[in-house]
Amino acid sequence: MSKIASQITQTATSVRSRIQRRTKPTLSFPLRSLSNVKYHPKKGFLQLKGKKKTRTLTVATVKTFAQTLRMMSQAKNLVADDEIMTKREAYYVSKNWDDARFDEQPESDTVLDDIEALFEVNREQLGFIPEEKGGEVAGKLIVIDRAPDTGKPLRIDCTQFGSGAYSIPISVEHLKFETKAKFVLAIETAGMFQRLVKHGYWRKANCILVSMGGVPTRACRRFIRRLTDELKLPAYAFVDCDPYGMFNIYRTLKVGSGNAAHINRYFCVPHARFLGVTPQDIVDYKLPTHPLKEVGIKRARDALKNDPFVQHYKPWQEAIRQLLDMGVRAEQQAFAVHDLNYVIKHYLPEKLAAPKTFLP
Amino acid sequence: MKKTRTRSKPKAAKKAVRKSAKKAASKTTKKRKKAGARAAKKEIPTHATAEDMARRQREISVAEFFTKNRHLLGFDNPRKALLTTIKEAVDNSLDACEEAGILPEVKVVITPCEEQDRFRVTIEDNGPGILKKQIPNIFAKLLYGSKFHRLKMSRGQQGIGISAAGMYGQLTTGKPTCITSKISRNGSAHHYQLEIDTKKNEPRIIVDETVEWPVQRGTKVEIELEAKYQKGRQSVQEYLEQTAIANPHVSLEFVTPDGETNVYKRVSNELPVQTKEIKPHPYGVELGMLIKMLHDTKARTLQSFLHLDFSRISSRVAGAICEQAKVSERSRSSRIARQQADALFKAINRTKIMNPPTDCLSPIGEELLLAGLKKQIDAAFYTAVTRPPAVYRGNPFQIEAGLAYGGSLSADGLAKVLRYANRVPLLYQQSACAIIRSVLTTDWRKYALQQSAGALPTGPLVIMVHMASVWVPFTSESKEAVAHYPEIIKQVRLALQECGRKLAVFIRRRRKAVESERKKAYIQRYIPHVAIALREMLELSERQEKTIVTQLTDLLERSRS
Repeated sequence: MSKIASQITQTATSVRSRIQRRTKPTLSFPLRSLSNVKYHPKKGFLQLKGKKKTRTLTVATVKTFAQTLRMMSQAKNLVADDEIMTKREAYYVSKNWDDARFDEQPESDTVLDDIEALFEVNREQLGFIPEEKGGEVAGKLIVIDRAPDTGKPLRIDCTQFGSGAYSIPISVEHLKFETKAKFVLAIETAGMFQRLVKHGYWRKANCILVSMGGVPTRACRRFIRRLTDELKLPAYAFVDCDPYGMFNIYRTLKVGSGNAAHINRYFCVPHARFLGVTPQDIVDYKLPTHPLKEVGIKRARDALKNDPFVQHYKPWQEAIRQLLDMGVRAEQQAFAVHDLNYVIKHYLPEKLAAPKTFLP
Repeated sequence: MKKTRTRSKPKAAKKAVRKSAKKAASKTTKKRKKAGARAAKKEIPTHATAEDMARRQREISVAEFFTKNRHLLGFDNPRKALLTTIKEAVDNSLDACEEAGILPEVKVVITPCEEQDRFRVTIEDNGPGILKKQIPNIFAKLLYGSKFHRLKMSRGQQGIGISAAGMYGQLTTGKPTCITSKISRNGSAHHYQLEIDTKKNEPRIIVDETVEWPVQRGTKVEIELEAKYQKGRQSVQEYLEQTAIANPHVSLEFVTPDGETNVYKRVSNELPVQTKEIKPHPYGVELGMLIKMLHDTKARTLQSFLHLDFSRISSRVAGAICEQAKVSERSRSSRIARQQADALFKAINRTKIMNPPTDCLSPIGEELLLAGLKKQIDAAFYTAVTRPPAVYRGNPFQIEAGLAYGGSLSADGLAKVLRYANRVPLLYQQSACAIIRSVLTTDWRKYALQQSAGALPTGPLVIMVHMASVWVPFTSESKEAVAHYPEIIKQVRLALQECGRKLAVFIRRRRKAVESERKKAYIQRYIPHVAIALREMLELSERQEKTIVTQLTDLLERSRS
């Protein structure tokens, strides 16, 4: 029996024996929030502090408790049969559970996250896979995958996708890489990625381009992480200059999230650096701006106050203050004001000339 | 003298005009100034002399007064007129039956007439009947009756009601009031058709005859009037229904204009305890009234006057009052009336006197209140309370309250309030009534009900409040709302609070039962899934799965949290 399966059995046994002893069974989960993580500069990611929440089986919790146990049983089957199931499929499977079924997918997702945290593994190890797309890659990289039917190695050359790109699969642990590129450029929007691909920027700059499409998925984070770990490449993030780009996208890429703190050690890129757009770039490149939204201001203030990552880095605190003082935000496509390819001709080369100045 | 006056008059008039013109000019435009000047030239106003005025001054009969002010008596509109007419007649019937010790049986019939908006109302009772010679005065003379001059709890108080109804009928249709009455089984009934001479406030007899009426005794009143028949709120039907609630000893029959017959059955064969008439309590008497009583008394001395004409004044207390007023106990009452009434009045109010006797009150009683409520309202919970008697302005009164909750009552919307004074339902002017004030100022949220600020409580609730008194202080002659005496408001509130506490116990208990039932069902729905999951993970047998279900159900039901 695998390690996970025996962990599940162990938990189930403890629940049962408590019922037999006529005491209320409990399950305890690590508390998944920013308040329960600390930043380890040496390890380079957000780590759980150890606060736990205990769910006791009472009248009020009996429904979620039953659902959690049924989902655990499902996970055990998946692991035993080496099967996979998407979150959406898990939701549909629950429709067989009569009264214990989930009405909406967010309910089943929460239970899944709970189980994942309970065993301190990532859900892929339990057989649950995400629905979301992993991100796209173009540039000087050869990915070595296996054919699903024969298991024979497949060499995928990421320069050969023309105007398209290679899709990062949901699980990346089995992939191997070959490259001669100098760095990885992780881009927030698909639009900017398209521009760089169309003009063959990866050839010019000798790099690998990754489109994150907003907050990077776990697979995307893990993919970039393995590139930086195994090929010793630096990774630079190129996102919008607003609190969302900085603390939802970049922070999650670099150190992981509070919600998934139990798995951050795998799903983060501690060596990532922030290329731009920085608040100073708005000034230096005279970018057109929009006023900061109420929620953005709130997010920035919240980051200053509660985010262990921001609290560790002075330059970030200064950048936030500068942004709040200016009261504006700018998108990475704003360079189009000067020239459509201004970003390729001027901005990126100028920034890349001095990687030391990138925000940590 | 006459000459000087006539001479000086135009001067004064001119002056006045000039003054007003000036004023107008200073205030407004030139145009108005011009108009004012023209008026002064053309019309020299002539003022009436005292003689002129005297020629126009004459007596106003009560009847004439109320013809003009019929809204004061509850005849504001055709719809209300119908209700008031029936109400006055039914009240009289019930009063008479009870006083004669007869269980009342009253029949109300409304028949539409040929003309639109005109109805013929017939009210028939099994009461003691009325002596022939009294009939014209009772039915066709305002302010004639037996109830005004005594302090006794009864529905009627003033002696206006039924004659006003007859007068309204006469005014709107020109038809006389018909009365048939029989006082004993042997003998025949009298039949009268009467009109009111509104100038003199005297009855005018149209028909006076003897007829055969096959009943033991009783009275039948028929009035034709302009009216509007409607169902629903403030309708005749509602009045009769509410009457049935507060008078469980009454049997009512009601035939609507559509020919439907509604019967409100008697649920109690107990007549209300006959109340005693009481003498006025000294605290409730005003100075003018005191002087009048001093004049009219048959007592020789002041002490015996106090002792005999008031309630709760013993010879000793009378002596104390006289001493306080610094007048002799032996002085003549009529002399005091002229010279020392004021001192006596103050002395009375400074002397401590026992509260008035309360055997003059006849509350419905908690048991019959409940019976009445249960008869007419289908609810899940009933409660009633009768407060001990209290006093306002020297008049004893007693408050009773009842609640009906749940059952088929509508759960949304405001609670319904039934107000009664001396067993008569009050349907109009709810917002002006002291009873409503008390309902509104009671904090119903304390009693597990919902209530917005300044509003009636919400929920499936009927609130019934009855005030019994020798003199109910109505805000107007139409007897629709009780005046705001602090003592009354307080007593009503106390009664409501007492009912509220009992209601709260019921509501909370029921809520708890529902809640625990819900929890139990909830537990039973999800526990099997805990067991299924454990069986799957631990590869248990079905028997073991069942054991888990029983153990867990037991565990959770014991804890109930």
